[in-house]
Amino acid sequence: MSTFLSLTFSGLALGGIYFLAASGLTLIFGLMGILNFAQGLFMTLGAYAGYEIALRLPASPGAPMILILSTIGAILGGALAAGITEVLLIRPLYGRPLDQMLVTIGLDLAIVALLEGIFGSNEVAISVPLWVNGATYVGGVELPNAAFLALGAGVIVFVGLETFLRRTRYGIIIRAGVENRGMVSALGVNVGRAFTLVFVIGGAMAGLAGLLNTIAFNSDFVSPLQGDSLLIYSFIVVVIGGLGSIRGAAVAAVGIALLQLYTNYYIGSHPGWAQVGNFSVVLLLAIVLSVRPRGLFASVV
Amino acid sequence: MSWLRSRYRSAVVATVVFLALALLPFAGWHVPWILPGPVDILNSTGTLAALAICFVFAGVAVGYDLIFGFTGLLSLGQALFFGIGAYVFTITVTDWNWPFFPAVAVTIAVALVVALISGAVALRVPGIAFAMVTLAFAQAFYFAVESNPHNLTGGDSGLSLNDARLPFFAQGAVSNTPNLYWVALGFLFVSTMVVWMVTASETGHLLVAIRENERRLEVLGVRTYGYKLLSVVISSVIAAGGGIVYVLLIGTVLPSSVAATSVSISIVIMVVLGGAGTRWGALGGAMVYEYLQQYLNKVSSEPSFANLPAVLRVPISQPQFLLGALFIVFVIFVPGGFAGLYHRRKAKAIGAAGDDVARRTITGLFKKHAA
Repeated sequence: MSTFLSLTFSGLALGGIYFLAASGLTLIFGLMGILNFAQGLFMTLGAYAGYEIALRLPASPGAPMILILSTIGAILGGALAAGITEVLLIRPLYGRPLDQMLVTIGLDLAIVALLEGIFGSNEVAISVPLWVNGATYVGGVELPNAAFLALGAGVIVFVGLETFLRRTRYGIIIRAGVENRGMVSALGVNVGRAFTLVFVIGGAMAGLAGLLNTIAFNSDFVSPLQGDSLLIYSFIVVVIGGLGSIRGAAVAAVGIALLQLYTNYYIGSHPGWAQVGNFSVVLLLAIVLSVRPRGLFASVV
Repeated sequence: MSWLRSRYRSAVVATVVFLALALLPFAGWHVPWILPGPVDILNSTGTLAALAICFVFAGVAVGYDLIFGFTGLLSLGQALFFGIGAYVFTITVTDWNWPFFPAVAVTIAVALVVALISGAVALRVPGIAFAMVTLAFAQAFYFAVESNPHNLTGGDSGLSLNDARLPFFAQGAVSNTPNLYWVALGFLFVSTMVVWMVTASETGHLLVAIRENERRLEVLGVRTYGYKLLSVVISSVIAAGGGIVYVLLIGTVLPSSVAATSVSISIVIMVVLGGAGTRWGALGGAMVYEYLQQYLNKVSSEPSFANLPAVLRVPISQPQFLLGALFIVFVIFVPGGFAGLYHRRKAKAIGAAGDDVARRTITGLFKKHAA
């Protein structure tokens, strides 16, 4: 039972990371109609930004400052990369969504290869406070501390996004744009600025997701390909949740993460079944699509 | 009439190109600098093997163009079928000791069934979601071969092909490179001809009509679903055939080189570079892409390369970086790829409004996804 609870807690934390990665994707898709492949790259860049900052700080294990600064670095790194991408590569291609998507594919390919050239394809370890790698015991259930961070970040971002989208002027413009982009620009609103904003928000969340994934699920290691493997789950989350839906992304992220961890633990321990967790996620996708081709939630932000 | 003339000319060009390529193993010319193999001789083993790999990917890309360029469906899961081709063939030949032709037949049959099932599910979702779903299916296959069920796929370390019992033309010995070169060229030829025949047929015109305006066809009473599935199945079977020839050439199968997402993506890039939905685009794009990949690998393994400053050395040693950058430049500045460039130049020469020709292929695609 305690294993089950511990597993459930990890699943919620992993769901938090999936949500961070997928909410940006789903917003960008909802507003701009592009599938942003570079989201995986932004996750990787966020993790490397955190790594570079932690590397330059004086090593004093236990100091929370390192983690705070590298988290800020990851968020800013992801946001900056996304902003530059939007302005330099996406903007010249407004009105050509397929080409915009192809550009993000090319960017992902190119920069990941460049990172492999710079850092080598081997993983590098990020230094974190000792507390992060420990665990807290609640009633005999082992709860990894890093998972608290991932889950907390997921919840905070979910609440923050919902508030932003419902209460602020720009949030309302974004929601209206998802609903009917042509109408919003006909009313004289600068939709291009909303595009940039959505990209930057998505990049910031991706950067955060990359760093949290590193410290919560990748034993503090950063690798050039980590974002791309997360990206595939984020795609599945977005499709199952319904393209453009934040709440759908949240529900699907948690559901997929739990399914993945449960099947991995209970079935994946048998020889030859090591990948069953990942496999079951794809199976779930096929089932959901056969029943509801548009995903669980309609595309309303 | 101009349509007939252009088909006639294509047939002549194709005959010349394929004949010249088929005769290449007899040409022992010394060609400095540009060859992808280690020796500067045109029919050296290294050059022939490198060209054969180019042919394999060109054939797969031509097949893929049927779904992407002509039908207007962006699939990101072509590695699923390339991987099935490579794995099923290797397993039947090496583990089960099957002879060549039955192994090929079973491999193709497996690809056909998987294409029917996965295509039927993936085609239920519209537009861009199709891309995500095909990507996920291919990734599921990747996970499956990685997990090495019943020691069948060898996991991370992959499989090697035991070609001892294969017919002479399919054996991978170094002395045999010209034969394998012809096998690969034959695969490219068959793939190109199949796609040309399909696109010239009535079905092919329907596929293009689906790309241009699917709703209109539905209103006219055409069931587009079946046609889309047909185009997915044809290009999947071609991809599986490519997987078989790939194993014959390379002799080993690794999940990362035949089943990974990067394989699917490089196929998309080849087609876009060359010009989607054109007669020669996918073939040319794939040849250039694969050639550059191998040539850049060769350059970065030269001994003098280590002396370059890191600013130059690091980017050049990563062919994917340069290819990705080239791809971005093409998407932004050269819509329509190589084929688009060619058509625009021709149009300028005759003064016609030929920009259309170049842009038509891509326009159809993004109109569809924008909807």
